[in-house]
Amino acid sequence: MTDDLAAVAALHDPVRRALYDYVAAQGRAVGRNEAAQQTGISRTLAAFHLDKLAEAGLLEVDFMRLTEARPGPGGGRPAKVYRRGSIARTVTLPHRDYEQLAALLAEAVHDTAADDRAVAAAGAAGARLHEPGAWLSTLRARGYEPYPDGDRVRLRNCPFRQVAQAQPLLVCSMNLALCQGIAGGDATAELDPRPDECCVSFSKNKSR
Amino acid sequence: MHLAQLNVGRLVAPLDAPEVAEFVALLEPINALADDAPGFVWRFTASDTDSAVAYRHDSGDDLLINMSVWRTRQDLWNYVYRTRHLAVLQRRREWFARTVEVHSVMWWVPDGHLPTAAQGLARLARLAEHGPGPDAFTFKDFHEPSGTPA
Repeated sequence: MTDDLAAVAALHDPVRRALYDYVAAQGRAVGRNEAAQQTGISRTLAAFHLDKLAEAGLLEVDFMRLTEARPGPGGGRPAKVYRRGSIARTVTLPHRDYEQLAALLAEAVHDTAADDRAVAAAGAAGARLHEPGAWLSTLRARGYEPYPDGDRVRLRNCPFRQVAQAQPLLVCSMNLALCQGIAGGDATAELDPRPDECCVSFSKNKSR
Repeated sequence: MHLAQLNVGRLVAPLDAPEVAEFVALLEPINALADDAPGFVWRFTASDTDSAVAYRHDSGDDLLINMSVWRTRQDLWNYVYRTRHLAVLQRRREWFARTVEVHSVMWWVPDGHLPTAAQGLARLARLAEHGPGPDAFTFKDFHEPSGTPA
């Protein structure tokens, strides 16, 4: 947990926080120039803070040729790019470990074939969260990171990722029911899994 | 090394019965999805014309055998749980009898090696008898090719 605390503490600086939020929201690798421009700071300062975030494990570093690279000295060199780190950071003081408990309960539910009841409970919980017209802000507030993709809305983040990795059948079914409840009549949630994202996507319903 | 997997299931009705017609109709598109999935190496087919599954007649049961080979654990995981295959998997209880027996196993094979159904079933029997180990394991109790638990 010490590492997690250090990682979270690295976000205390508002410039770093803005850089992290920007990189995380893109869902792809971001170069130093772009990050600097988008957050309104110098490239040198952005590079310094991006590297601090990478040191803390909040961002992952890669090298790739960016389209903005120009011919000439240095132009063909791969640029340093950053994307959000895949490790989840949790700080609870005093320490709590609901993730382990959730994993154990999920295993028990799955092994006793009680999936249907768990899914029903998730659907009811989603329905309680439903506010007409507010499904997107509800999803955002709950960490799903919704983003538009053509005429659909996809979810960049799976808030249950760790447990979903261990019990994907149960957790993805429960999550779909939860999302359907949150969306209510505003949108139709469907199972639409893809690597590294949430397994649900939405199509907006015509306003009635 | 490549990752081989085998899973078996007992259908609630014969393949030509209306109870499983929806499942049978899904076999071809879902298998095509596997064939096109990143990291897919090979899939067991009983004959050139059989798009999907082997049928173990000798047991007298409607036992379906599914066996495939993948480049990595992540490739197989992404296909099983991160494609439209997941939705089919979630409906498994409509089509497959609930059994407590071990129904799924993985093991490592040298690149280019294509396991036979008998070899796959032997791995399943090993898992059922001895529990997970380097020669027969599952996603939950995964073992790396070196033999160490993941």
